[in-house]
Amino acid sequence: MSERFTLRVNGATHAVRAERNTPLVYVLRNDLGLKGTRFGCGTGHCGACTVLYDGNAVQSCDTPLWAAEGHEITTIEGLGRADRPHPLQRAFLDEQAAQCGYCVDGIIMSAAALLARSARPTRDEIAAALGRHLCRCGTHLRILRAIERAASEMAR
Amino acid sequence: MSAPELPLSLRTNPRLDRWVRFGAAGKVTVFSGKVELGQGIVTAIAQIAADELGVEPEQLAIVAGDTTSAPDEWYTAGSQSIEVGGTSMRRVCAEVRSLFVEAAAAELEVAPADLEVRAGEFAVPGTDLKRSYWELAHKVSLARDYSGRPVLPRKSALPGLVGTSAPRRDLPAKLGGAAYVHDMTLPGMVFARVLRPPAYGARLVALDEAALRSAPGVVAVVRSGSFLALAAEREEQAVAALEIARRAARWDAPPMPGQTEIVPFLMGLPARSSTVYAKGSAASAGTQRFEATYSKPYLAHASLGPSCALAVAEGGRIRIWSHTQGPHMLRGQIAKALGLPDSAVEVMHRDGAGCYGHNGADDAALDAALVARACGRPVMLQWTREDELRWAPYGSAMAVKIAADVEPGGRIVDWKHELWSHTHVKRPGRGEGIELLAAWHMDPPVPVPPAADLPLPAGGGDRNAVPIYDFPHQEVVYHFLPEMPLRVSALRALGAFANVFAIESMLDEIAAGIGVDPLELRLRHLADERAREVLRAAAQAAGAKRDGTGRGIGFARYKNLSAYCAVVADVEIARQLRVRRVVAAVDAGLVVNPDGLRNQIEGGIVQAASWALKEQVRWTRDGVALHGWEDYPILGFDEVPDIEVVIVERRDAPSLGAGECAAGPTAAAIANALYDGLGVRARHLPLTPERVAAAMN
Repeated sequence: MSERFTLRVNGATHAVRAERNTPLVYVLRNDLGLKGTRFGCGTGHCGACTVLYDGNAVQSCDTPLWAAEGHEITTIEGLGRADRPHPLQRAFLDEQAAQCGYCVDGIIMSAAALLARSARPTRDEIAAALGRHLCRCGTHLRILRAIERAASEMAR
Repeated sequence: MSAPELPLSLRTNPRLDRWVRFGAAGKVTVFSGKVELGQGIVTAIAQIAADELGVEPEQLAIVAGDTTSAPDEWYTAGSQSIEVGGTSMRRVCAEVRSLFVEAAAAELEVAPADLEVRAGEFAVPGTDLKRSYWELAHKVSLARDYSGRPVLPRKSALPGLVGTSAPRRDLPAKLGGAAYVHDMTLPGMVFARVLRPPAYGARLVALDEAALRSAPGVVAVVRSGSFLALAAEREEQAVAALEIARRAARWDAPPMPGQTEIVPFLMGLPARSSTVYAKGSAASAGTQRFEATYSKPYLAHASLGPSCALAVAEGGRIRIWSHTQGPHMLRGQIAKALGLPDSAVEVMHRDGAGCYGHNGADDAALDAALVARACGRPVMLQWTREDELRWAPYGSAMAVKIAADVEPGGRIVDWKHELWSHTHVKRPGRGEGIELLAAWHMDPPVPVPPAADLPLPAGGGDRNAVPIYDFPHQEVVYHFLPEMPLRVSALRALGAFANVFAIESMLDEIAAGIGVDPLELRLRHLADERAREVLRAAAQAAGAKRDGTGRGIGFARYKNLSAYCAVVADVEIARQLRVRRVVAAVDAGLVVNPDGLRNQIEGGIVQAASWALKEQVRWTRDGVALHGWEDYPILGFDEVPDIEVVIVERRDAPSLGAGECAAGPTAAAIANALYDGLGVRARHLPLTPERVAAAMN
């Protein structure tokens, strides 16, 4: 049965109607038009749908709608846009840290959560923070470099 | 210029305005049949076009893969996009520029050679004499065929874009919002899913369609034979309805042959054997014989984003948005499956998640078309992760048996390579019939077309089976396996992955057996100077080996026609086999975008390391046993090696396809490094801890 929920996403308040167990990823993508949150597996294994939930990286495909109410959700669109990129987005462009790019938005969200709690993580710490992310094109090293670059630019 | 010298794309799409059109002042659009798959091809082709035309990159837009406007260049596949698509674009743009230079010269009453081009303007330096493409467009008709007439050399005030690492055109959008076919929204769009059978050949025998229709939000249930799809107002409703359907459906499924080790499994299948290559005659007696059999399992594409398509059916016409590799080929297949003329189907390419060969993109397009036709509303059809892992075609498993004879002086004189493989190309539109999943499941079902493979020199299963080395006697026998217990088609590098792995492993076995350095043994049998240089460059960049590591080398020239790639891998064997560092050298001729090439080589190395260390498709008699990522682990962020790529510059040589060249050399280098470090020869991929332990005993 569909119910009304009030969500805080990227600093704005939205009312949505959906069944309470609806995976958050579909609400973000289809009701709010925030397509940077990608569907990859639906079971929390690949990380493509990662968003920030009160600042923590979570997979929105296994976060039910009801659990999002009353919490601050941030998607990649809330981090930055093409005309005002976040340092992480800028660093990913500078390093050309993608091939297909499908995994990257979710990875940037996990990196944002990491950099918020640890300003200068080591490469091992970054890799560990990306433990729930997959990349199939093999751009891992570029991604790690981009996060290091963003960290050093943000620390300045 | 005579016609046969032209690249195929240009021969079949000779009209200049199929490739280049001038729009509003300062804007030009080029059209390509080669599509973006995450490999950066659209950026590279735009670099080539902007350079040849003499326009700024910002002035140039590119449309890639669109049956309504772009040339038909078959598939974006086989590392052919720069070699064929890029060369065609270069030639067309050079001829277009020449036509305009002549028109400008005539108007300005100067010699064509006096004109320099910059930002789309032809000018006589030091004067105010100038004309632009847009001023001249009404005088120069591009509604004519490419002639191959001699072109005027481009005189530009600026250095060219080709050879520079231009940033990817598509990345800014992908780093923060809608960018993929998955992200499109059409007015009134519904969300669709397909209930795929539990196993190959399964028939849907019972389903309560009425219950499914009454599920919340469901607007259409599409059933034809064993094809079942449903559409709902909201995406989560389609997902929920799919679960209802899964529980309700009753299937009648024939058992699959059980999974055994790959070598006996393949060798036990009926084969059509033929000698596909032979050179010289068998050598004298007194040689030392080396013999071994190698294998690789069935491998999945396992793209991060499951396949997806959008479709709209209106007035007997179907429009489709797809991440297909071949929009025109797909159009023909969809038309055939739906009983429509080609002209009633439009296919527009939109980017998808990483594509490494023939995946589920085309299948999803037919799925979407079927639902769109049944429900009369725009449809977004999304495969599940399980669909992607179980139903997209796999790269064929392969077994390779090599027998080599070595003279006492250390020269390899006899080389026999036998391989067992299914086809590596069952692409939709390439042969007869329909190569789309839904067509095989519908009532009446379309038969699965018989398999044929690509012939040498490019080859399919036998790609790179002919050694590049100068062995006086060589023989390649292909035991082609027409029966396919698992669905197979093109996966990055095709048969080259297994063939190069086997050849380069055998060379290592011989080197160890006769006590010669593996690099020296290769150089001893290589006359091709470019091959030698790439090997030396990789070895030099790798430097001294660190204590406690094993080092291996692998080399190939992809297809024996495209890029040269040598790989040196350093591995560590502690609790398990870990690839620590990989150094690769590559010669791809003229490099259009060096960073793009590096990205392809790095990615190819990581993907091949993942294949070599971890990946295999598992199945039981009940079907393929892949349901999610937990059943098909791939290399993670904490497992990737450091990678260094050395580009051997050849600015005067034609560009060579490089997207697939690292795969085979990487796997061989890793296995050879394992031998170097541990004295263990592992001949069967993947090199899992169990396999390595088994090889030790």
